[in-house]
Amino acid sequence: MPENNMMLTVSSSPHIRHKDTTAGIMQNVVIALMPALLVACYVFGVKAFAIVAVCVAGCVLTEFAIEKIFKLPVTISDWSAVVTGVLLGFNMPVNAPIWMCLIGSVFAIGIAKMFFGGLGKNFMNPALAGRAFLLASWPTHMTGSAFIPLSDTYTSATPLAILKEGSNLGALPSNLDMFLGLNGVYGSIGEISALALLIGGIYLLVRGIINWRIPTVYLGTVAVISLIFGQDPIFMLCSGGLMLGAFFMATDYVTSPVTPKGQIIYAFGCGLMTMIIRLFGGYPEGVSYSILLMNMAAPLIERYTKPKVYGVAKPKKFGKKDKKEGEGDD
Amino acid sequence: MQRRKSSFKGGIHPPYHKERTKNVPADVGKEPNIVTIPMSLHIGAPCKPIVKRGDYVYLGQKIGEAQGFVSAPIHSSVSGTVKSVGEMPHPNGDNVMSVVIESDGQNTVDPSIKPYDSYTSYAPEEIINIIREAGIVGLGGATFPTHVKLSVPSDKKVDCVILNGAECEPYLTADDHLMQMRPEKVVTGLKIAMRAVGVNKGYIGIEDNKPEAIEKIEVAIDGDSSIELVSLATKYPQGAEKQLITAVTGREVPSGGLPADAGVVAMNVGTAAQIATTFETGMPLFKRFLTCTGDAVKNPRTLEVKIGVKLQDVIDQCGGFVEAPGKVIMGGPMMGVSQFSTDVSVMKGTSGILCLTKASAYIPEPSACIRCGRCVAACPIHLEPLYLASFAEHNQFDKCDDYHILDCIECGSCAFSCPAKRMLVSSIRMGKRQVQAERKKKAVKKNA
Repeated sequence: MPENNMMLTVSSSPHIRHKDTTAGIMQNVVIALMPALLVACYVFGVKAFAIVAVCVAGCVLTEFAIEKIFKLPVTISDWSAVVTGVLLGFNMPVNAPIWMCLIGSVFAIGIAKMFFGGLGKNFMNPALAGRAFLLASWPTHMTGSAFIPLSDTYTSATPLAILKEGSNLGALPSNLDMFLGLNGVYGSIGEISALALLIGGIYLLVRGIINWRIPTVYLGTVAVISLIFGQDPIFMLCSGGLMLGAFFMATDYVTSPVTPKGQIIYAFGCGLMTMIIRLFGGYPEGVSYSILLMNMAAPLIERYTKPKVYGVAKPKKFGKKDKKEGEGDD
Repeated sequence: MQRRKSSFKGGIHPPYHKERTKNVPADVGKEPNIVTIPMSLHIGAPCKPIVKRGDYVYLGQKIGEAQGFVSAPIHSSVSGTVKSVGEMPHPNGDNVMSVVIESDGQNTVDPSIKPYDSYTSYAPEEIINIIREAGIVGLGGATFPTHVKLSVPSDKKVDCVILNGAECEPYLTADDHLMQMRPEKVVTGLKIAMRAVGVNKGYIGIEDNKPEAIEKIEVAIDGDSSIELVSLATKYPQGAEKQLITAVTGREVPSGGLPADAGVVAMNVGTAAQIATTFETGMPLFKRFLTCTGDAVKNPRTLEVKIGVKLQDVIDQCGGFVEAPGKVIMGGPMMGVSQFSTDVSVMKGTSGILCLTKASAYIPEPSACIRCGRCVAACPIHLEPLYLASFAEHNQFDKCDDYHILDCIECGSCAFSCPAKRMLVSSIRMGKRQVQAERKKKAVKKNA
């Protein structure tokens, strides 16, 4: 018998893998967020970029520090903390103090993500959890005039705040301005230009990073409810954090259902909650809370929307199993 | 004759790499000096060797007797002298009883072998018997004995036979070459199988990335209205039995059931061609088409190789290695079995020898599941692989069962699409074994 000196790898099939990696997906999300960041820099100036940069640094360093302290493998190279940082920065008002950005980053990564087991284990969107924490802790820094750059002495509120206030509806910007976000339409750093976010969202769809279900159903639900309650659907779609939420936050893999049917129900829930808060709630905007609420419902939704398994007539009830007999003896 | 395009839900589009061998004419394998024939070349009970050291054997002479119904006899692929009978390394990783035969180079055919009359002169039971005696098993790779498939239990109503010409595994072009070279054998084999099962409807499903094969088969069908050629969408795993049946007939094989439960008998085109060859010549199954390919092989090509030839001999005939291979796989890259050594034999189910360089065999370390849902979208059985694997990794086997782990066909679509490079199939396979063991335990308890 010939002697073989080859060192062959023996492993379980399959022996080939798709080229996409976790880090690659996250990098694509960051790329998709760049148009909105450019608009933010154009409208708010370099301050916007500084806030986003601080949030990114804060998130990455928090993840690194916690993994070092608890002697865990360091995972910052998967870029997920970068995505959280950019999204958190996008959710900050331009007048937010730097220390708040850092606290938000520590909460987002430390509490909402790492304490639950790190990437893939968190039950709510870390960036949104960070924002909600800051909003509850320092409401004056996170609402009202915090969104308006100090250089602008004319504008006094975000479009949704004007709408909620209801006394000065004449100050509402035009739908085109809302869509482009370039001309005195304010809000959180990353949410002002619907167009820029739409470009990023379409990039993610084309690259197959996200699927159509969550953004389409989310936006569709908002549009339909707007019509039912006599609101302008274009205004509702382009205002607040809706585009950012629908394409970049509700679609977060970890905190949304993996089942196709589940994604539709989840996105419908996001849309419904958003509109309930906007129309009847105390806050002018409801995207963050609606997504956080639906994050918490995601595991339950998933359980009730299991795909129909091939060859199984009906979803089997627990404890009732038909006996299988036959060929499986070898 | 009608043609339609069919598919199934789920699946993936891996890089196919078929162009490496597709247009290289298939060749005859080099005549071996020595063959090592394991007594386990099929699913089911291994054969018992019926020759001993020093015996002279003819080409086509039976050397292994089938043990039980789900088993198939094994025949010599050369004429010559039995050198030894004993345990030898087997491609599945074990040592298995094998017969080593030194060829005399004459290929003297067993004098008892005679061509059969036209298949129409035999009753179904006689056809099934001839197929069993010829040692024919599923040549797609599963190697389920064909006579068992054709012996449909009387309580099951089968109305058609489907031939599988999908060849959805990347790299492999053995079935493609076979269909182009011997289309009339494929069609005749299908007709014989239809007669054996007692049906008058047959289908041949071929992926639409093989237009030449489709054309040749269409000509060979020659307008016979009982046979329908189905052009299948090119998508992995289009050739998995259940997905093929669904694509062709729209029916689903019930969970835990067999194709016969969906009214179908399905077999590979290579199996059909072998049936036709056996009727025409009387010869049992002793050689097959396989594709020796991969970026570590110098001249990849499809060859018709005798059972029992060493993988290394086939690789050498293809010019040997370009560089030291990182992985040698028996079968395709999605479901094939990686080998410890190239010193094992070509078996009845060896559809390919895939040699990958270290670079292309490299699989990155797995990282945390990010719940992207790509495995759920890819699963052709519509399972949730991320949960099956996670339950199995955490020893939650009752949950594995609830999530239908036993329905998994191990096609590898989930692990292929996973961006975190998780070893989903490996975990699920382990979970399946545990669930089966627990079920067996329960059954024993019940009977006690």
